Amino acid sequence: MSLKPITPDDAPSSPSPMRPPRASARHVDATYPLWFHLPGGIIFLVLFLVPTVLSFYFAFTRWTLFKATFIGFDNFALFFAEPGLIGSLKNTLVYGFLTSGLKVVLGMLLAVVLSSPIIARGYLRSVTFFPVLVSTVGVGLTFQVLLDPFHGMVNQVLSGITGRDGPGWLTDPNIALLSVVAIDVWKGIGLATLIYIAGIAAIPAEYFEAARVDGANSWQVFRRIILPLSFPATSTVIILSLIGGLRSFDLIWTTTQGGPGFASDVIASVIYKQYQAGFYGLSTAGNVILFIVVTVIVYPLSRWLNSKETVL
Amino acid sequence: MIRTHRPVIGLIAGMAVAGVAVSGCSAGSLGSNSGDPTSKGSVTISFLVDNSDSSMKLANAAVDAFNATNQGVVVKIDSRPGGTDGDNLVKTKLATGDMNDLLMYNSGSLMAALDPAKNLVPLTTEPFMGNVEDTFKTTVTSGGQVYGVPFGQAQGGGVLYNKKIFAKLGLSVPKTWSEFMSNNAKIKAAGIDPVIQTYGDTWSSQLFVLADFHNVIAAQPDWADKYTANQAKYADDPAIKGFQRLQQVHDAGYLNKDFASAKNSQGLQMLVKGTGAQYPMLTGVVPAYVAMSDTAAKDIGLFAQPGDDASTYGLTAWSPAGIYVPTTTTGEKLAAAKKFLAWMATPEACDAQSKAVSPSGPYMIKGSKLPDGLPTAVSDMEQFFADGNVSPALEFLSPLKGPNLEKITVEVGSGITSAADGAKRYDEDVKKQAQQLGLDGW
Repeated sequence: MSLKPITPDDAPSSPSPMRPPRASARHVDATYPLWFHLPGGIIFLVLFLVPTVLSFYFAFTRWTLFKATFIGFDNFALFFAEPGLIGSLKNTLVYGFLTSGLKVVLGMLLAVVLSSPIIARGYLRSVTFFPVLVSTVGVGLTFQVLLDPFHGMVNQVLSGITGRDGPGWLTDPNIALLSVVAIDVWKGIGLATLIYIAGIAAIPAEYFEAARVDGANSWQVFRRIILPLSFPATSTVIILSLIGGLRSFDLIWTTTQGGPGFASDVIASVIYKQYQAGFYGLSTAGNVILFIVVTVIVYPLSRWLNSKETVL
Repeated sequence: MIRTHRPVIGLIAGMAVAGVAVSGCSAGSLGSNSGDPTSKGSVTISFLVDNSDSSMKLANAAVDAFNATNQGVVVKIDSRPGGTDGDNLVKTKLATGDMNDLLMYNSGSLMAALDPAKNLVPLTTEPFMGNVEDTFKTTVTSGGQVYGVPFGQAQGGGVLYNKKIFAKLGLSVPKTWSEFMSNNAKIKAAGIDPVIQTYGDTWSSQLFVLADFHNVIAAQPDWADKYTANQAKYADDPAIKGFQRLQQVHDAGYLNKDFASAKNSQGLQMLVKGTGAQYPMLTGVVPAYVAMSDTAAKDIGLFAQPGDDASTYGLTAWSPAGIYVPTTTTGEKLAAAKKFLAWMATPEACDAQSKAVSPSGPYMIKGSKLPDGLPTAVSDMEQFFADGNVSPALEFLSPLKGPNLEKITVEVGSGITSAADGAKRYDEDVKKQAQQLGLDGW
């Protein structure tokens, strides 16, 4: 973030011909001496850089917190030999891509609805955003109660209607992960919708006016104007929700703890369990692997999405 | 096992401490350092206890009584989370030199993982250790040094059963696994769930495997040593039987229908109400179900998990948690800490604990006695001790306990995985623990 002070000139709605040259940002940088950067720099060094570098070292050790023995690549070999690793890797990808995809589709639809002149629009927007504000742990524990197969509200309503026992949302190994995905989407959709509303609001009104003059119907407006011109919002939502989904842990831990058995384990929960077990070196190696996995997926994707943006 | 049972052990331990508190008046004279400078004001030491309701209540009662009698020392309680979060906290505090003056923690394999030679003060030569039962000492011994004083009582792992259902259906306590299974068929025919399982609390899924250990060493007495040396595996006989038994009760449809989501307290409720007949459990839960109904103490009994051979029928037992002194406690605080430990190792302390909360097993203090009028399950358990038909759980004979056992037993017990695959996977899990501990042969 640049340190440029906010001036009335920055307001995009009132572009001024007297706007100062862009060089002003560089000028501001130059006026701050080195010592001004020091506090932030030291905090970054001590709390971020040093632990990151150290974690790369400890990933190569058998670490009990009391002593660390260098063991080369053994931790990585052990991590990849973990019987649950393939399953958890698959679950991580399913979770990441499914939540991201659903947030894009549902978020955009909600945003279109909430951008149109409907009754109680402000209220509905707040309601959509509300779950984002609630703590993830709170959401997880609440849904654990709601989705209890025999005493939970969801299944009591279901069995009241169908007369049969509802599914074990979080206890059936075949659907536990999907249930958590649904909860994640419910919780995260508000943010995606908000980004899309902003993206749609940023589309100049001239396009809509021109489309109306040409007699376009609402589907055509959506397909030809909103969809392509809100692409920056789409790429933001994809990147944010994919990173969030791939390293998701808190919601899975509070709802299923990776269970039943290992059915909804993701890489992050495998790492956490290793940490709990006291395998500190092994779990650090797992974090390094998670870091690489997320980078390998997200970095090229982000590059690609950015290149698409400039084309538009 | 230790990890999962910590709440239970903590509970018992808590009771123990509480009891101690009540009887504190007689114990002051047992303090190990006689030249305590009371006149110079008191030494305050802090004691880290897990935050389960019963541990806290009882630890508080104990410490209050101790403080009232030993004027030179004031003990103050600090709480920590239980379970694996607690493990991490304890290890982190020890590693950073930030540990309290005293800590309560599991005995057996979890204590071995604390690197006691480096982090704990050896108590081997302290005079008060003479009051501690040798069976307990072996569970807090590492590298030839003894490190802890018991906190609470021993407990048994077996099958809690509703005696009213057994009487109504004319069943007798099974001495072999096949008797157990034929009982189950009759109970199911009567419309009652034969076996209660509660995988909503995953730790409770391990009982069929862990409480089977008496049967394992009955079949092969040196199994634990071979297991530690990487020569015996859960995937082979006799140890795989525990996994197979877990699978059998599921495959036969003997479980309560909400086994996948029910919690431990719900399981106890089913047992007390009689909608379920038998619940593989630790006796540490006795106070919890006794509080649920006026007749529960009398109606619920305990039998050991039966094996193949009625002649070797016996109970698997768990040692209490210990109280330890970290090496960071020095000088007058160390002397004060030892004074508290000396007081904890007295029969008077045990009597007082029993007065505060009904005990769920025998104390590990010489000369201590359990009071009369105990819940049936506890006196059933006492009988095994009296007859000598007791084996310690594996975690007290070997430092190896894989962290994922409770997940694996949930899989096997829910029919997600077979017993053979589950046992094999657990062997892999144990291997990681062995390498972490740096054991030979792995």
